[in-house]
Amino acid sequence: MIKSLDPRVTRSEIDLNNSIDPLKDLDQWETYEAFHQKKRGEQHIHVGIVHAPNPEMALLFAKDQYGRRGITANIWVVKTAHIFMTEYDDQDIFETTPEKIYREAGGYKVMEKINKYRKETKISK
Amino acid sequence: MYGNAYIDPNEKSNSITDGEDIQKLNAFESRISNGEKIEPKDWMPKEYRKQLVRMIEQHAHSEIIGALPEGTWITRAPGFRRKLALMAKVQDEVGHAQLLYSAAETLGKSREAMINDLITGKSKYSNVFNYPAYTWADACIIAWLIDAGAIINQVANAKGSYGPYCRALDRICVEESFHLKYGHDNVVTLATGSKIQREMVQAALNRWWPPIMHFFGPSDKISLHTEILMKWKVKMATNDDMRQQFLNMYVPKIWDLGLTVPDSKLMKNNENKWEYTEPDWDEFKRVINGGGPCNAERLAVRRNAEERGRWVRQALLAKDSKYLIPLA
Ligand SMILES: [Fe+2]
Ligand SMILES: [Fe+2]
Repeated sequence: MIKSLDPRVTRSEIDLNNSIDPLKDLDQWETYEAFHQKKRGEQHIHVGIVHAPNPEMALLFAKDQYGRRGITANIWVVKTAHIFMTEYDDQDIFETTPEKIYREAGGYKVMEKINKYRKETKISK
Repeated sequence: MYGNAYIDPNEKSNSITDGEDIQKLNAFESRISNGEKIEPKDWMPKEYRKQLVRMIEQHAHSEIIGALPEGTWITRAPGFRRKLALMAKVQDEVGHAQLLYSAAETLGKSREAMINDLITGKSKYSNVFNYPAYTWADACIIAWLIDAGAIINQVANAKGSYGPYCRALDRICVEESFHLKYGHDNVVTLATGSKIQREMVQAALNRWWPPIMHFFGPSDKISLHTEILMKWKVKMATNDDMRQQFLNMYVPKIWDLGLTVPDSKLMKNNENKWEYTEPDWDEFKRVINGGGPCNAERLAVRRNAEERGRWVRQALLAKDSKYLIPLA
């Protein structure tokens, strides 16, 4: 056994056989989902979670965890419990059909109609 | 062993998927072979969940324990700029632990349970952190070469199949590139410095070489179990492949600095593979099972931190708190 080089061990004289009671449920608090906005004008993006006892501290931890380098304009946190979501197993609710082409810009081919009309009516340039 | 899937050599491999719903298993496997990710609430085989929890948890512990040998050097880092940089690196490592604990939590193991398993010695963490950082040069070698090894592992695992782990690793890899550059810069400073500095960094390299060779773990036994974990994209590369990749990338960089690697057998053979002296796996086993120079101290420091912070966490705990498994 070497003599420790760690000031935490040598100066605070930590007993190497210290034992502690196990952590109980919620020792690490509940979780908040964090959303990060890089620049004004951009969307907030979900970046992960933090464990925190309240929203104020969740914001503090989220700043440390997700905003400690690069640029940040804004952070949101919301309790995990307050998020509602669809089920991955219900993937079929997002299925779309070819006839839904009426929702897409590509579903409208006006030039074809115009060209046909011009040909028929002999409108010249 | 920094977050690579662990295969118990005594486990019977035909029992891996026993009792699983074959239809669900097929759908799960075809999702993975299509390159799609698995998300927390998806159906998954028991063995997939078990291996991922073990792997991600062990990875998280490695980040948090890995901060200890380096943290020791913050107050003694030469110069204000290096103190700031080392503090930032250590903070990043602790942040990595948090990201990884979160990813493991989505699989159903609470952070409290993981910390309990760490401080009682039930869970493992990367063996390299059971060795001390004797000098400033040791801290520099850790920041360069241990982080380099970690990056190889993390880049591979980031292409795995479990969504939350991949997302955490993507964030982590961005920060690791700073760690690597910072470590390399420090080693270059010493290696291009005075005679005393060169001797110091060479001595640190000599001390750290065996743990570095241990870093990726012993050769994998090629078994059905390994094959399945690779098919499920839990294990992304064999330990030997990662070790080869490391040697290929870093041995030339070490030699560039006029340093020597303390292994007379180390060389690249005609098949473009590195040959080396087989690491001492008995020593590895002895250390990982608690017999290393710093095992007791690492866990004692962790227990001390948990104990001292406990009253603060309890005082802040709101009465109506309720734990829910995080979403992603
Ligand atoms: Fe890290
Ligand atoms: Fe790192």
